[in-house]
Amino acid sequence: MKKSILMSVLLAATLAACSNNAVKEKPAAPVVDSSKSSQTSQPSAPAKEESASTASAVQTEMSVNPLKDPNNILSKRSVYFDFDKDEVKAEFRPLVEAHAKYLVANPNAKVIFQGNADARGSREYNLSLGQRRSVAVKKAVNVLGAQDKQIETVSYGEEKAKECKDETCYQQDRRVDIVYENE
Amino acid sequence: MFKNKFYLILFLLLPIIAKAELTVEVVGGAAQQIPIAIVPFSAQAAPTQVAQDNISPVIGADLRLSGLFRVLETRGVASQPHTLSEVKYSDWTSIQAQALTIGTVESLPGNRLKVSFRLLDVLKQNQLLAMEFNITPAQQRATAHRIADMIYEKLTGEKGVFATRITYVNKENGRYSLQVADADGFNPQTVVSSKEPLISPSWSPDGTKLAYVSFEKKKPVIFVQSLVSGQRIVLANFKGNNSAPSWSPDGTKLAIVLTYSANSQIYVINADGTGLQQVSFSNGIDTEPEWSPDGAFIYFTSNRGGGPQIYRMPAAGGDAKRVTFEGSYNVSPHLSTDGKLLTFIKQTPAGFKVAVQDLATGQVQTLSDTTQDESPSFAPNGRMILYATSIGGKGSLAAVSVDGRVKQRLKDTGGDVREPSWGSSQN
Repeated sequence: MKKSILMSVLLAATLAACSNNAVKEKPAAPVVDSSKSSQTSQPSAPAKEESASTASAVQTEMSVNPLKDPNNILSKRSVYFDFDKDEVKAEFRPLVEAHAKYLVANPNAKVIFQGNADARGSREYNLSLGQRRSVAVKKAVNVLGAQDKQIETVSYGEEKAKECKDETCYQQDRRVDIVYENE
Repeated sequence: MFKNKFYLILFLLLPIIAKAELTVEVVGGAAQQIPIAIVPFSAQAAPTQVAQDNISPVIGADLRLSGLFRVLETRGVASQPHTLSEVKYSDWTSIQAQALTIGTVESLPGNRLKVSFRLLDVLKQNQLLAMEFNITPAQQRATAHRIADMIYEKLTGEKGVFATRITYVNKENGRYSLQVADADGFNPQTVVSSKEPLISPSWSPDGTKLAYVSFEKKKPVIFVQSLVSGQRIVLANFKGNNSAPSWSPDGTKLAIVLTYSANSQIYVINADGTGLQQVSFSNGIDTEPEWSPDGAFIYFTSNRGGGPQIYRMPAAGGDAKRVTFEGSYNVSPHLSTDGKLLTFIKQTPAGFKVAVQDLATGQVQTLSDTTQDESPSFAPNGRMILYATSIGGKGSLAAVSVDGRVKQRLKDTGGDVREPSWGSSQN
C-alpha cells in the first residue's frame, strides 16, 4: 500500500513535470484519476476520465497535485499563532503532520517556512519572533521524520504585516507560511 | 563583470534629493516657556546679488518646535532694530519679551554672505551673545540651526539639537528608502533604496556612517554605509538572519544579532566585519543590543523569562541583569547620552507607548499619547525622544520630551515613515 502511494506520487510528480503541451500531444493517453491515491483522509473530488481507446494501457493512477488540491489538507499553508507566542497550537497539529508526512514521502521535496508577526511592538523583536515561529514548525516536522536538508526557515518579522485595527486582523499576520520549492 | 557590479552599486547609492519632506508641528509645551522676540534680520542688497533673510524664520521655527520658547509676534512693535544702537528695550518689555534676537544678512564678494546676530536680555538690558558667520548662500539653513542652538543653550543651559540630523525609512509606492534629514525634517537625502524592507538604521558615533538591515538579498543582511562617499560594505551576511546593528561608543565595533544558532543571539563584530564573537547565550530571543555610553554594558531585549523584557550584561558577555519589571512587554531599549535614562516601548492597556525609566531609581513614566509606538531614540541632548508611530493609519514620526510635556509630530506628505534614529551633532 505504502509502495503504491509512493509510486503514484512519483508518477504524479513526473506527469506534473510534463508541460501541458506534451499532454495535448497524446490525447489518447490513459489518464485515470483515483482519489484513493490521495494520501489524506479527505477524499479529493474525483475528476475521472476513462480512456476509451487502448484498454491494454498501463494502469496508471494520477491524482491532482495534493499540494494544490483545495480538498487536501496539504493545500492549507498557514499555521497561526497567539500574540508573542511561538508554540504550534493543537488545532494546527493535523496540518503540520500532513506536511511532515508529505516531506517524508517525498525526500526530494523542499520547503520554506516563512515566519511572520503582527505589526505591534518592535520590528527587531518581531523578526526574531517570526524566526522562532518558523523554527517551531520546523521542529514539529523534524520530529515526524522530515530532514533538515529539506527545510529552510526565514522570517519576515512584521515587514509583510497588514495595516490592522483589530485582533481579527492582527491574528492573520501571526503565522508561518509553508511554501514548497518551485511554487 | 566586476565593473558592471560596481556601476550598479553606484547607481543604487547615488544620493537623490527626495521630493517628500517631513514637516514638524508641536503639540503642548513646557510649563514655563521663555518669551523671545526675533526681529526679521535686515537684508542689504549688493550690486551683484540680493541677500535675503532666510535665517530668522528658521531660528524662530526651531525655538518654537522645542516647546521651551514662546516666539512673540514682532510686526506691531514700533522699533525694528537690526543693530545694538537701534534697540529700544521699552518696546520689548511692553510685549513681555525676556529675550530679543536681532541681526543682519549682507552680501560679500565671491557669492558669500555675512550673517550677524545678537541675543539680548530685555530685562537686564544687556547683550548675551554676538556672532558673525561668513557663509555660502547654501549654508543659510545650517547657520540658522547653529544660531538657534546657541540661543537655546544660552537661555536653557542645555545643548541645542537643531543642527543635528535624523535618519528614518520611508516606504512609498512599494519602495523602501533610507533617508537622512535635518532634525526639522528639511533637506532629506536618500542613502539607499530597495524594493525589499530596510530596517534598524544605526548612526556611527561620529555621524559619518550608518549601519542598517536590508532584505535585498531576500533575507536580513547588515550593511555599513559611509554618508560621505556613499560606499558600503556587507558587515554581516551569516547563515540565517543578520540584524539589529548597534555601534559601540568608540565606533570600533558593533553589536549585532544573528540566528546562526537558530535562535536570535547577540554577537559583537569589528566595524570592518572581522572578529565575530557571541556574547549572549540563552534559549530565548536576545535582540536589540544597545551599548551603554561608557561602552561597559550592552542593554538588550530578551524573552528568556517569558515575555520580552530589557536586560543588561557586560559588553564582553556574562551574567545578564533584568532592568525592566513593570508590565509584560518591554522592548527596544535606548539610552540617553549621559547613561542615566532608558527609553523603550512598553505595552500598556492603552497600547504600545514610549516609556522612560530612571536607571538610578527604577521609576518608569509612560510619555506618549500615541498607541502604536516603535523605535524610540534620544536626541543628543537627552531632552527629546524621537519615535515611530501610526497616525491616521499611516506610519509617522513623533517626538516627545522626557517630561512628556512637549509633543511633536513629524509629517511626511508622501510615504509611510518608520524606523527613526536621532544622530549626533557632527557634520
